[in-house]
Amino acid sequence: MATTTTTVSSAGPATGSRSFISRLRDGDEIARLVTFLFAASVVLVTVLLVYELWRESYLPRHKFGFGFFVTSVWDPIFDKFGALPFIYGTLVTAGVSLFIAVPLGIGAAIFLAELAPARVSDTLQFFIDLLAAVPSVIYGLLGVFVVIPLMRVYIQPGLKHTLGFLPLFQGPAYGVGFLTAGIVLAIMVIPYIISVSREVLLSVPRDQREAALALGSTRWESTWKVVLPFARTGIMGSIFLALARALGETMAVTMVIGNTPTIAASLFSPGYSIAAVIANEFTEATGDLYLQSLIELGLVLFLLTFLLNGFARLLIVLTSQRGSGMGQA
Amino acid sequence: MKRITALLLVAFALGAVAIAEGTLSINGAGATFPYPMYSKWFDEYHKKNSNLQINYQSIGSGGGIKQVTEGTVDFGASDGPMNDEQLKAFQDKHGFPILHFPTVLGADVPSYNIAGVTAELNFTSEAIAGIFLGKVTKWNDPLIADANKGVSLPGNDIVVVHRSDGSGTTYIWTDYLSKVSDEWKNKVGKGTSVNWPVGLGGKGNEGVAGLIKQTPNAFGYVELIYAIQNKMPYGRVKNSSGAFIKADLTGVTGAAAGAAKSMPSDFRVSITDAPGKAAYPISSFTWLLIPSKFSDGAKRDAIKGFVKWMLADGQEQTEALSYAKLPKEVVAMEIKALDSIQ
Repeated sequence: MATTTTTVSSAGPATGSRSFISRLRDGDEIARLVTFLFAASVVLVTVLLVYELWRESYLPRHKFGFGFFVTSVWDPIFDKFGALPFIYGTLVTAGVSLFIAVPLGIGAAIFLAELAPARVSDTLQFFIDLLAAVPSVIYGLLGVFVVIPLMRVYIQPGLKHTLGFLPLFQGPAYGVGFLTAGIVLAIMVIPYIISVSREVLLSVPRDQREAALALGSTRWESTWKVVLPFARTGIMGSIFLALARALGETMAVTMVIGNTPTIAASLFSPGYSIAAVIANEFTEATGDLYLQSLIELGLVLFLLTFLLNGFARLLIVLTSQRGSGMGQA
Repeated sequence: MKRITALLLVAFALGAVAIAEGTLSINGAGATFPYPMYSKWFDEYHKKNSNLQINYQSIGSGGGIKQVTEGTVDFGASDGPMNDEQLKAFQDKHGFPILHFPTVLGADVPSYNIAGVTAELNFTSEAIAGIFLGKVTKWNDPLIADANKGVSLPGNDIVVVHRSDGSGTTYIWTDYLSKVSDEWKNKVGKGTSVNWPVGLGGKGNEGVAGLIKQTPNAFGYVELIYAIQNKMPYGRVKNSSGAFIKADLTGVTGAAAGAAKSMPSDFRVSITDAPGKAAYPISSFTWLLIPSKFSDGAKRDAIKGFVKWMLADGQEQTEALSYAKLPKEVVAMEIKALDSIQ
C-alpha cells in the first residue's frame, strides 16, 4: 500500500492525458481488473472442471473408448461399463418434463404478464419464486408420496386404457419410471419458465402493444402476434434454463425413476439417469475402473449439457435473424 | 500493522500448541451402516477420556478403504472386508499390513407386500435366489408355496426391489446369494453394487422400504435395524441346518458364534449361510480397518485403548441401538490381535 501512494504522489496530477497511474488512483483500472478476474474465474472453473473430469477418467476412456457411449451393460463386479441407458434416461426424462412444462409454463406466464391484474400477478409471482426455491429432495418426497401412488393407481392404468396402443404407454404400472420422473421434473422446472418468461413479457415495450391495438387487433391478437414473437428469445432462454435444470437434477429423479438401467420405448418402464447413478454409486465405488467410469459419466453429462446449450444458442441466433426484438430482454 | 500480525501469529501458535497438548485428535472414515453406533461410542469414550477426540466421517465403505490406504485418515471402516488386491495396495504403499477388527453385526431381512397375506412367510434360499434372478416370477410358485403351506398366495407377478445406492446391505445380500446359488455367483457376483438381473432400485433403506410398502406384490431386502425400528413385517429364512429363522439380534450373534470356530486370524470372514441351528443366514460383521504400525505412539495407544474399551464396555451398548453384539469367542480373538499393532 505504502509504495503505491508514493508513486502516485510523485507522478502528480499535472500530466494531461489520463495515465494508467491516474486511472488506477481513480479506481477505474482497479475496478476493471478486479471484475475481469471475477469474470475470468468462471472460465477458469469450467476449464478446470473439464480437465479434471478428463484426467480422472483415463482408465475407462482407454479401456472402452467410444464403446462407453453405445454399450448398455453396467456391471461393477465384472468391470463392464456402458453409459447408454443412463444417457437415454437423462434425455427422455428431460424431454418429458419439457413437453409438459413448456406449454404450462408459458401459458401461465402469458396470463401473469398480460391478462392478470397487477395485484394477482405479483401475489402469484411470490408463490412461484417460493416454488423455485424449494429444495429438490422435497420434490422427491412429493414424488414418492403423491405422484407415484397417483401414477400407479390412476394415471398409468388410465393412459394404458386410452392410449395403450402406443408403445409409449405399455407394460406393467409400477408407479416409478421415466414418466413419473418427467412429471416430477416438470413440476420442478415450471417455476423457472414462468418466472423468467413473465419478466421477459413484462419488458416488452408498451408501444408495441399499443401499436397492435391501434391497428385494431384484439388483446389476445396483440399478445399472440406481437408480444410473444417480440419476447421469443427470452422465452427460449427460460426453456433452456429449465432444460439445464432437468438434465442435472439428481435427488428428485433418483427417488422416482426406479434406478434400473434400461432402454425401453415405454415411458412406464423404470430407468436411470446419469446424475442419479453418480449420486447412488460414487460413495461405495471401489476399484479404480469403477470410480473412473462414474467420473466419465460426469464428463458425458457435461458434454450433453454443453451440446444442448450450444444447440440452444444456435437456435436463438437463427430465429432472431428473422427480425424479432432481440436483445430486449 | 506488522506488530498486530506478529502478535496474532504468536497467539495462534500458542493456541495450536495448547490444543496439541490438550487433546489428541484421531480421524476415521468409512461405512455408513455402523455410523450411529460408532458416533455413540466415540462420544462415550470422549466423555471418559476428555483429551481424546475421535472424528468419524461416514462416507461409505469404498471411501473408507480408499482414504485409509492413501493415509489421509488414521483408520477406516468397511461393511465388506478388503479384498486381496486392496490389501496388497496398502502393503505396497506403506510397507506394513492393515488389520481388520469386527465391531458389530448387521443382517438383512426379506420384506414383502402382498395384499391379503398377513402371515409371516418362510423363504428358502432357492426361492430368494430364484426371485432375484428373475426365474421365480409369481407369488404362487411352488418354490415359495411349498415352504408356506396353509397360506394362500396369489398368482401375481413379483416386483423385485433392491438398493440402488452402493451399500453394505447389498454386500451382505449378494454375498448370501453367491453362497447359495452358483448361478448368482457366476452371473452377478457379490459387491456393494451389482448388475441386477431384475427389479426396481430404491435409494437407501428408506427408498427400498417405501417401494415395498407402496407397490403391491413387492419383494425386497432391508437392513434388520431399519426393519425393527420401523416395525416393518419381514419373513423367516431357512438356514443351513434346515430351520426357518426369523432374524433378531440373538440369531445374528448366533451366526457369528457359529462362524467363530473357523474364524481366520485376519477376521476377514463371511458369515452368511453360517452353520448352527439358531444361526440367521443373512448377516455379516462390519469392520474397523486399522494400520498395523503407527509412527505416532500416542495415536497408536489411543486407538488400541479405544478398541479395547469397545470390545468390553462398548459391546454392552449395542443392543440399545439394535446392533447385534460380537460373540465372546470373537472378542477374545480380537483382544489378542490388538497386540500386533505397533
